[in-house]
Amino acid sequence: MLDSLEAHAHRAASRLPASTRHWAVRGVHERSERLSVRDDVTEAPSRAIDHGVMVTVVDGGMGYAATGDASESGLAAAFLRAHVLARASAGRTVIDYESIIRPTASGRYASPVTRTTAAATLPERLGWLHEVCAAAGSETGNGRDPRIVDRHATLWSVQAEQLFLTSDGARTQQQWEFTTPSVQVTAHALGVTQVRSSGGQYNGFCQQGGIEVLERAGFRSTEGPRVAREVLELVGAAPCPSGTMDVILMPDQMTLQIHESIGHPLELDRILGDERNFAGTSFVTMDMFGSYQYGSELLNVSFDPGVAHEFASFAFDDEGAPAERALLIERGRLLRPLGGSLSQARARARGFELGAVATTRSAGWNRAPIDRMSNLNVEPGDQSLEQLIAATELGVLMQTNCSWSIDDSRNKFQFGCEYARMVRGGRLAEVVRNPNYRGVSATFWRSLAGVGGPATVVVGGTPYCGKGEPSQVIRVGHASPACRFTGVDVFGGAA
Amino acid sequence: MSGTLTYLESNHFDALAAALLQPDPALDRSTLHLCAEASDFLRFNQGALRQATSVQQAYVTVAVERGQRRTESSLSLSGDLATDVQRLQAESTLLTAQLDLIADDPWLQRPASAARSHRDERGALATAAHVIALVHEAAAVTLKQDLVGFYAAGPVAHAFADSLGSRHWHRVESFHFDWCLYHQADKAVKTVYAGTHWDDAGFTARLDEAASRVQLLERPARTLQPGAYRAAFAPAAMAELLGTLGWSGFSLKARRTGVSSLMRLQRGEAAFAPGFHLEEAFALSTTPAFSPEGFARPAAVVLVDDGRLPSTGGTLNSPRSAVEYGVPATGAHGGESPDALHLHGGTVPDADLLRVLGTGLYISNLWYLNYSDRAACRMTGMTRYACFWVEDGELVAPLNVMRFDDDVLRLFGPGLVGLTATPEFIPNSDTYGARRLGSVTTPAAVVEGLTLTL
Repeated sequence: MLDSLEAHAHRAASRLPASTRHWAVRGVHERSERLSVRDDVTEAPSRAIDHGVMVTVVDGGMGYAATGDASESGLAAAFLRAHVLARASAGRTVIDYESIIRPTASGRYASPVTRTTAAATLPERLGWLHEVCAAAGSETGNGRDPRIVDRHATLWSVQAEQLFLTSDGARTQQQWEFTTPSVQVTAHALGVTQVRSSGGQYNGFCQQGGIEVLERAGFRSTEGPRVAREVLELVGAAPCPSGTMDVILMPDQMTLQIHESIGHPLELDRILGDERNFAGTSFVTMDMFGSYQYGSELLNVSFDPGVAHEFASFAFDDEGAPAERALLIERGRLLRPLGGSLSQARARARGFELGAVATTRSAGWNRAPIDRMSNLNVEPGDQSLEQLIAATELGVLMQTNCSWSIDDSRNKFQFGCEYARMVRGGRLAEVVRNPNYRGVSATFWRSLAGVGGPATVVVGGTPYCGKGEPSQVIRVGHASPACRFTGVDVFGGAA
Repeated sequence: MSGTLTYLESNHFDALAAALLQPDPALDRSTLHLCAEASDFLRFNQGALRQATSVQQAYVTVAVERGQRRTESSLSLSGDLATDVQRLQAESTLLTAQLDLIADDPWLQRPASAARSHRDERGALATAAHVIALVHEAAAVTLKQDLVGFYAAGPVAHAFADSLGSRHWHRVESFHFDWCLYHQADKAVKTVYAGTHWDDAGFTARLDEAASRVQLLERPARTLQPGAYRAAFAPAAMAELLGTLGWSGFSLKARRTGVSSLMRLQRGEAAFAPGFHLEEAFALSTTPAFSPEGFARPAAVVLVDDGRLPSTGGTLNSPRSAVEYGVPATGAHGGESPDALHLHGGTVPDADLLRVLGTGLYISNLWYLNYSDRAACRMTGMTRYACFWVEDGELVAPLNVMRFDDDVLRLFGPGLVGLTATPEFIPNSDTYGARRLGSVTTPAAVVEGLTLTL
């Protein structure tokens, strides 16, 4: 489809009225496969081939139209629909869309892939899942522990390609391969049921790349027995105690902490009020950039679309803007928001020059782009995990998110983890179950007291960042070291 | 009519099925499941248009089955029948070849017999251009309100066909417009106008009424301290609580593996209050009468009967789980979450909600619910929008947002003071990937001892 898109787009666009000030075409072609083995039973393999085109027209106002028909006539019909919306919105829009200066960059991007997942046969791919599922039956990887009541291994692989063209001459072509392995085990003993997973129950271990992602995850080597061992530890563990204490958040929980209490509050469209009817507003206001102390001086947060293998790496956002690394928070001070060129223009119109980043993205061909997180990372410090633990007199080391909730303004939060260990006197102690903690974004990051070094960093993310009207689920990357926070309100479950 | 719009008419889907579902000795069954829509999406901020999008899309999931094996693939379609048939045939051939490469699935189930159903409801919708002009004029120009909202409208079609003769068609045509009128910061009045026949006067009446309620938010806000409070949940807030209960609460697989949030109910350790009657009421909702695998859905599945589980178990059983655990399927999809929850009304007259509350919180909306301890059915979440402190049945002051963390079995068990008489139909407004069909129908509730934590 993308092979013929350029020619079809130019011919279809030539039929637009002469008053048209700008047009853009974004074609997306995506192939995916989901494989699943549960309790050693192969579930029905599921494939998907999704392709279509979103066109944009600016004429007075702005309109978008999405179509699965990428023929010249299909694109012409979509242009017509978008043009009708553009004219209908003229003079009634949040900003004069004709006044926006649009990127004209051209270029390419491709995920670094050593060996594409598609290079393995279906029996090979299913065989891996059977291996992992079987290995998750006990802590040794052999046999079946009777306390384990459910085992589930999955593999989700995606190959995607996008071609973006505009009337201003922009032409960007990007290709991605995404691989997401997961193993999840449920155990029950003496009235306690617990779930443990390799990367979280919502696929937190997700990266760009092919089969090598499985190797980086330890998917076929260590994950099955590790997850089994830890779920068995959990069913025999006491509930997490309640009280004010330190917490050490491992990278797969830092992913969620960054995502909810830094990423979403810094989305510029949210700050501009676009999301108040659905995803919410932000406690961050435009006057805070450049001066607000978001966290302790140990906190450095980057927007970095160039990290190899990270889930949301790309070279151009979906408005065609070249994406470059930038610090959003430096030594705790808030510098810039997550917002693309359109949101920057809207902020400028309100008197704020915010210097945002290229991160306006869409979930697919049938959704218009909005400000999103992409790769949003906490920069590593210089502490080893052992040093973080040694510095903790009383605390809990928490791992792998399983519950999250945060208020409309992304301020009051409460998060829960799958697995935790007490830290007493600077040493790791017993495993505890149902660990939760709560806090307030505006003050929580100021309690950051230790940041792990590069050896503690894990590159993770989520395939499921939700936002927007119409709603969009998008891929986001988060790389983070382990971090230590002081004076946190910790509590366990009721059961 | 052109493009994928064609799939919004049953004859085009029938032609696709006729071309693709020919008898094949290599297969026991092949199936097609269609989800198509033509949607206008309008986003507003500060009474002005932020984004206007027209989406025309059609997806077909083709599946092939032989013995205890099944493979499936979902394809986006172009609308050109010949092109789409060719692509789907090629995909079907690939899927058939894959059947030789996979193992038997002992839990695979097919419907016992072919079935047919047909529901086609047409509406009268406004054009997107008309809505853009009307909203801007009414909210921004006339009322000068800070309206932020989302309008989604157009036809949605779901259809199923298989090589054994089943044919199902389900098309609805509707609009859903929900918006907030903001006073300031996070204080707003949320309103929904949804239906099948757009009416300018109906919209403006709701807008005017919402604007009058914004004035209540101008009073100084009150901040509550953590603790236990008497509270009234409006139907929109109840829909959030019941919807979260549906994440794992009613799933057969979740019950059998012990991860359901209602395990204490199943073990008889806790119960909802007498009179608490909850069902999955497909017949009362906008959901299709068939599942994506072609199973017919019953009119209703009782989930909670007079506070306790019914003898049938009160679970939503997908076809696979049904075979695995040896019980009948109930028309549920693979996720076994509800699509059409219906909580029956109680004895509190609708107009008496605040009087019965007396003194406490009136919670218009909840937000971002999750489980803090799923095994204990303990949920957390935030209050949102226009929540008020109420004294002696009168709204006194808007509330700053607060977090609750509480046992839902206790809240709607010993803690339940009463349910209002008339359940409110709240259509599913989700638009992730596609416009969802479904609903939650629920009354308002008054509870004692809601625990606020932060």
